[in-house]
Order: sequence, then structure tokens, then C-alpha cells
Amino acid sequence: MQDLIWLLPTFPLLGFLCLVLTGGSLPRKIVAVIGAGSVGLSFLSAVLIAAQFLASGEDYFVKEVWVWMAVGEFTPGFNFYLDGLSLVMMLIITGVGFLIHLYSTGFMADDPAYSRFFAYMNLFVAAMLMLVLGDNLLLLYLGWEGVGLCSYLLIGFWYENPDNGYAARKAFVVTRVGDTAMAIGLFLLFTQLGTLNIQDMLGAAQQQWAIGSPLAIAAALLLLGGAVGKSAQLPLQTWLPDAMAGPTPISALIHAATMVTAGVYLVARTHVLFELAPTVQMLVAFVGLATLLMAGFTAMTQRDIKRILAYSTISQIGYMFLALGAGAWSAAVFHLMTHAFFKALLFLAAGTVILSLHHEHDIFKMGGIRKQLPIAFWSFIIGSAALAALPFTSGFYSKDEILLAALAVEGPGLLLWIGGVIGAFFTGIYSFRLVFVVFFGDSQGHQEVKEEAGWTMAAPLMLLMVLALLGGWIQVPLDAVFSSGAGHEEAPVSLLVHAVMIAAPFLGIGVSYLFFMSKVFDVDKLMANPLASSLHRFWFSGWGMDALYQRIFVNPFLYLARINRNDLIDSFYALLVSITRTAHLMLARTQTGYLGWYALSMAAGLVLIISLGVML
Amino acid sequence: MQSIPIEHGLILAGVLFALGLVGVLTRRNIVFVLMSLEVMLNASGLAFVVASARWGHADGQVMFLMILTLAAAEVAVGLGLIIQMYRKFKTVDIDVLSEMKG
Repeated sequence: MQDLIWLLPTFPLLGFLCLVLTGGSLPRKIVAVIGAGSVGLSFLSAVLIAAQFLASGEDYFVKEVWVWMAVGEFTPGFNFYLDGLSLVMMLIITGVGFLIHLYSTGFMADDPAYSRFFAYMNLFVAAMLMLVLGDNLLLLYLGWEGVGLCSYLLIGFWYENPDNGYAARKAFVVTRVGDTAMAIGLFLLFTQLGTLNIQDMLGAAQQQWAIGSPLAIAAALLLLGGAVGKSAQLPLQTWLPDAMAGPTPISALIHAATMVTAGVYLVARTHVLFELAPTVQMLVAFVGLATLLMAGFTAMTQRDIKRILAYSTISQIGYMFLALGAGAWSAAVFHLMTHAFFKALLFLAAGTVILSLHHEHDIFKMGGIRKQLPIAFWSFIIGSAALAALPFTSGFYSKDEILLAALAVEGPGLLLWIGGVIGAFFTGIYSFRLVFVVFFGDSQGHQEVKEEAGWTMAAPLMLLMVLALLGGWIQVPLDAVFSSGAGHEEAPVSLLVHAVMIAAPFLGIGVSYLFFMSKVFDVDKLMANPLASSLHRFWFSGWGMDALYQRIFVNPFLYLARINRNDLIDSFYALLVSITRTAHLMLARTQTGYLGWYALSMAAGLVLIISLGVML
Repeated sequence: MQSIPIEHGLILAGVLFALGLVGVLTRRNIVFVLMSLEVMLNASGLAFVVASARWGHADGQVMFLMILTLAAAEVAVGLGLIIQMYRKFKTVDIDVLSEMKG
């Protein structure tokens, strides 16, 4: 069965080909069967392969399928590499991916471009599996760009609205900045180490580079650039909130559960490089910390239900980066998994709310709909509890591990820990602000609303609820993957630390309750304070990053483009064009249409040629 | 037998050729243009014959036979075109048909 690992990306790829080659002429039922079924088959084979792999007790397994190209020593292949890390990733992608596909069959039922949607989704799953299963960095990069393409296509899925197209381009261009850094990093690794095979490359790096050597730092920095772009971390986080323009299942699959965590996967996969460059690893931790705090502040101020979730995604990936920076590789991957469960749950539930309220996104126009939408309500309660890391939910265990690892970092450990706890406090505020405002409080005239959820939409929500609650008990088989690391011994932690970590989200929920449920504090009164309202504006705009980038990158670029329109080289080519055009007009005038004129010019030309021949 | 000097024959051919060319250039009736073309062809044929008589060689006469066939074929096609043209435009004046200008 392990030998059939190549089937995993093949199923969705075939699904994509079927859907794209029929060009939307298939009936919806068949499209749904192909679209969701291909990912379902992929999930089934993933489960069988995982069971066999775990039973075999091996550390890793390589399946060479074929050589992609052979140039001298350089022979990257379509080879699949399975170990604990890619096993977890492949199960998340196919499992959560299948649930979201199933949900989409109901969610997108009224969309005219039903077939196109599933074609892109299948292509995405294929590319994402390529990314996590590839045994060399080139194959990883193929998947990396493939998911970027699908993200672009799906953000701009409703392309009739120019804003969606703008959001799609923004996502593509901003992540391209990171991808370029990553491509340069691959070139550097190949020229220095002579191979792109990940395991060989990491081994060679360990032998050739000393800890803290400039090359190791450069390589790690460049790879971090790619990871930061894909995972929407500072300073390249601006694309993710706008990416919410796509359909909600896309936000759940691509912009919460799988693609945006590819950066975490990349860093975890090449963790040896980061261990060789401790300064960069510290940088990873601080990038994560800064991002999780910034996104936490912003999430508290948003009104759009999907943007709140988007900022919370950025914030949670910040936690994963914090864990990576602290060297707690398996904690990062563990949080990646639990986050995939509860964030997919939250997004899909948000999709149900949005669909039931006829595409209403503003949470302050929802209000008091817990009776009408029971499934979405319970999904949100469980998802938000896991997001806020309340005890015994899945998020609790993973965030607990991350914060303990951050505390154990030598040097700035306490700082990282305090930042993480403050972030957890904010998480409590914004996640339950959403719940209180949307499901409790005064009704905004939606009494007649009915929950639009057939079994295809309800079943994935139920399953994800179970996973979000109990996912923390799953043992991820990562010990063999990260054994090369120094290994953090469990330092005895005082009870106070645990108490603070448990109390932080509850405090946040309490604050949120006082503001949005019991109304002991009044938000409007707070907003009357000029300092508070200007802070609110600042946070609402995502710390003004969009305006900043507009000013320092977009506007100068547009200006350069404008003044470059008539530069020297351009005028040279313009001159060529005008000369050719003049010559053409002059010659065209000789074409009179009179036969005698043609005969005369022929005779004259002949006389000329003959006399020239005679004279010379 | 007193043979005609080659110069005379060539001059006659040249004069005929020039006459034909002038006819092609100046005539507006396409039938006359075609006839002038025939004159030009025969002028070149005459030059071949004169040359073959001068050198006592048969090649020139072979060439003249070929020109003759060619002219016959050309006239057949040309007259066909003229008939079509007349049917379509009700005229044989070539200057009227000057629509194809650049």
C-alpha cells in the first residue's frame, strides 16, 4: 500500500482534469461526486498508507516514481517522502479537505460556476499534497507555487466584482515577494550543497556549515522569507484579510487549514538549517510574537465576521512561528493540526451563518440567532473555546505546549511567554466577542431565518466539532522527525505559570462578556474617548500596514511606471514604428489600381536593370 | 541567295516590340492591350528566328514554336477573363477597374 503513495495527489489531479476538460457541461450531481469523491478516495488511501506506515515502525519511507529531469548531477524526481511530519500534513489535507469539499457541495449548490469551483479545489489539494510529500525542494516548490496559483484563482472566484480581482492580485503579488526570496534560497542551497533533496541537503548542511555561519544564516533567512509570505506573517501579512473575498469554504480550506500553514511546514521541514542559524531562529520567534499580538489587536476591532477569523488565523500562525522559533517543532505542528480542525470548523460555521442571512458579513447586523441556527451556534461555541484554548479542548493542549516551550527559551523566554499569554487573553476577547455579538444580544430582525444546512453541510460541522474538542488527545508521531534537535528537557514549571496560562483566556472572555453581554461597560462610551477611538481606527486598519505599503511601494511604483512610459528606449522603438508606417504609406500610394501604371513601372524597372547591367 | 542582314531583322523586331509596349501602356481598351501584348510576343519571336537564321541553328525556331503555343494559351485565358470582366462591369475600359489601390 505504501508503494501507492503516488495515488494521493493523482486522485484530485484526475478530478481536476475531468472537471476542467468537460468545461462545466457535467450535471451538478456528477460534479459533486467527482469533486468530493476524488479527495475522499485520496483520504482513504492516506489512512491506509498511514496505518501501514505506523505499523511498520520505520522512521521514513521513500517512493521514487520517476525522474523529472536529469541535468548532469542534478536529477530531481517525482519522489515521495513519507515521515511523521508529512504523514500528519497529508492526513490533515485530505481529511479536513474532504470535509470541506463535502460542505462545499451544499454551500455552492446555487453557484453557476459549480464545476469550476471544484476543479480549482481539486487542483489545490493535488498541489498541496505535492508540497508536503515531495522529497526534494524543487518538487516542494512546484506544489508551493501550485497552491499559490489556486489561492489566486479561488480568491478571485467571483471575478465579476473587480474588488475580488484586486484582492486576488494582491494575495498573489504579496506572496510572490516571499516566493522570490525562497527561490533565491533554493539557488543558494543548490550551489553551496549541490543537492535539492531535502534529507541529503540537511545532512550536507550539518557537515559543511558551522553553527552561526553566514551561509547558514542567509539560507535560513531566505527560506523564512518564503514562509513569512505564504503564512501571512509580519511584514507580509496584508494579503490574508483581503483574501476573504473568496467563497467561505476556500477561506476554510486554503486560508485557514492548509495553505497558510505551508510556511510552518517549510520551517519545520528544514529545521536543521534553522538550528544552524540560531539568530534567524530567534527572529522566527519574534516574528511570530509580533504577528500574534498585532493580529490579536486588529481582530478585536473588526466588524466583518470573516475578517475577524482571518486575523485570528494570522494570530494563531503567529503562535506556530513562536513555537518554531522556540525550537518546539512538534508543538508547532501539533498546533497546526488542532488549528486546522477548529479554524475550519469556525469558517464553515461562519459560512452557514452568512448563507442563512443572505450574505450578511457584518456581525453587528446579526444578533440573537442562536435559536435559529443551532448547528452554527454550537460549532461557534466549540470552535471559539478551542481557539481561546479553554481547558480540555484541542487548542488548549497545543497552545500549552507552545507557551511552555517559549518560556524554556534561554534569554528572552520570559518575554516570549508574556507576549504569548497576552495574545491568549486577546484571543479570549475577540473569539467570544464574535460569539456574544452574533448569537446572543438583541435580534436584528432575523427571526424568520432558517438554517440552510443539508446533511452535506451539517455532517462536516459535526465531525469537525468532535475533532476540535478531542483533537488534543491525538498523539502526533513526530519524535523520529525532530530527534536531531537538541531536545528540550521538561523543566519543572511552577503551578503559577499553569494558573496564569489557564486564566488568561477566561479573563479575556470575562472582559468580552462585560462589554458585549451584560453591557456593564459601554463600547460607545469608550469610543467617545478620542484616544480610544483613534486607537480603534489604527487597529481596525490592521496597524495602517496597507496604507503604509500603498505609500512606500505601490505609489512609487505607479509613479515610476508613469514616467517610464516615454523613456529613451521606448522612443527608439516608437521611431522605428513611425518610419515603417511612413514608408508603408508612401509605397501604398504607388498602388493606384491602374494597369497601365503597373506595366510602365515594370518596363521602367526592367530598362533600369538592363542598362545598369550593360554599364557595369 | 542574298540573305537579309541580321541587323535589319533585329531592328524590325525592336520596332515591333516598342510599338507593342506603347500600345500596352497607352491603350485603355483591354482587347487592344491584349493585342499589343501579342505584338510584343511576336517581336521577340522574330528576334529568335533571325538569330537562328544567322547562326544556322535550329534552337531559335524551337523557341519560336514555344512562344507561339504560349501565346495561344495566354490569349485563351486572357479572352476568357475579358468576357467575364465585360459581363460583370459592362465595360472593357481598364481604367474603370482601379478599385484595388493601396
